[in-house]
Amino acid sequence: MITAGVDIGSLTGKALILEDNNIVAWSLIPTNPDSSVTVQRAMDAALEKAHMSLDDLDYVVSTGYGRLVVPFAQRNVTEISCHAKGAHWFFPEVRTILDMGGQDCKAIRCDDTGKVTNFAMNDKCAAGAGRSMEVMADLLQVPLDDLGELSLQIVDAMVPISNTCVVFAKSEALSHLRRGKHRSDILAGVCEALATRVHSLMQRVGIESEFVISGGIAKNIGIVKRLTDKTGLTPRISFEPQVVGALGAALFAQESLRREQQA
Amino acid sequence: MIAHYGYADGSGEYYIIIDTDRCNGCEECVKVCPQGVLEVALDDYDKAVARVKEDVVKSIHFVCWGYHRRCASEESNCHAVCSQDAISHTW
Repeated sequence: MITAGVDIGSLTGKALILEDNNIVAWSLIPTNPDSSVTVQRAMDAALEKAHMSLDDLDYVVSTGYGRLVVPFAQRNVTEISCHAKGAHWFFPEVRTILDMGGQDCKAIRCDDTGKVTNFAMNDKCAAGAGRSMEVMADLLQVPLDDLGELSLQIVDAMVPISNTCVVFAKSEALSHLRRGKHRSDILAGVCEALATRVHSLMQRVGIESEFVISGGIAKNIGIVKRLTDKTGLTPRISFEPQVVGALGAALFAQESLRREQQA
Repeated sequence: MIAHYGYADGSGEYYIIIDTDRCNGCEECVKVCPQGVLEVALDDYDKAVARVKEDVVKSIHFVCWGYHRRCASEESNCHAVCSQDAISHTW
């Protein structure tokens, strides 16, 4: 049984091909303003790695922000359910998932089968999403990949950022920079603010071990470390945290196909 | 599944919380809402349950009058008509 999951997010598009219980191939590409281009590129990239064509796929499920514009998908499922299912495949003991992408943040509780029992999502405000990290990386002229590490290398003391809004926080950070504060100390304040915000979203749904982080934010050690301290739990992170949604979609595809075959 | 629809911003926390295990899809809440906030649709596990309309979620504080703030004192409201005690509000 060969299935695929396509996760079209706001900043990245992902496709993953699953054969029985093995991940055959996956792709991760930046989104194009034209969603259909993103979809095509993500799927083609994964198919190429797998040496397969679209006809080899028995069933495709789409998810994410752009899940309704995948013409070759037989079904679409919300990213909340897909992230729970995907995280559960990697870590069957998972009960709490934090997924943060470019423009949203989700706190999810699931049961021992990977079914969602509780969730809350923030997709209204950049302050609780990866976008805030991009804004600060750009302001402080730090590569996004290095931002987390730098936020842990505090020179004097963390500079607290009081503005909730990323637009105002950016100005606040700039004024600290001009007053001679170290970039690392400012980034510490920025990451602390984001981690606190995210933690309170998680508290809304409750936090229970095992705790998994997925999405681009899992690659930010500054946030991961701070969430470890706040929750008292060591987060589990998959080999590629950004494909958890696409994997979940591919797993839903397997379930749908099995149901069809039994009918 | 406990679904939280809404957000927290600088002025407070605004969530409508629906327990989809309790919800039976009867649509009484959909009909009674003066602002048309709710609808019934199939969830990812193929159960027809109430949810906040997708285009309302991000402006929920401006569309929903708030149960505790306003609708609790109205003649009828989404909590009162729900026989399953499936819906609640944070404001």
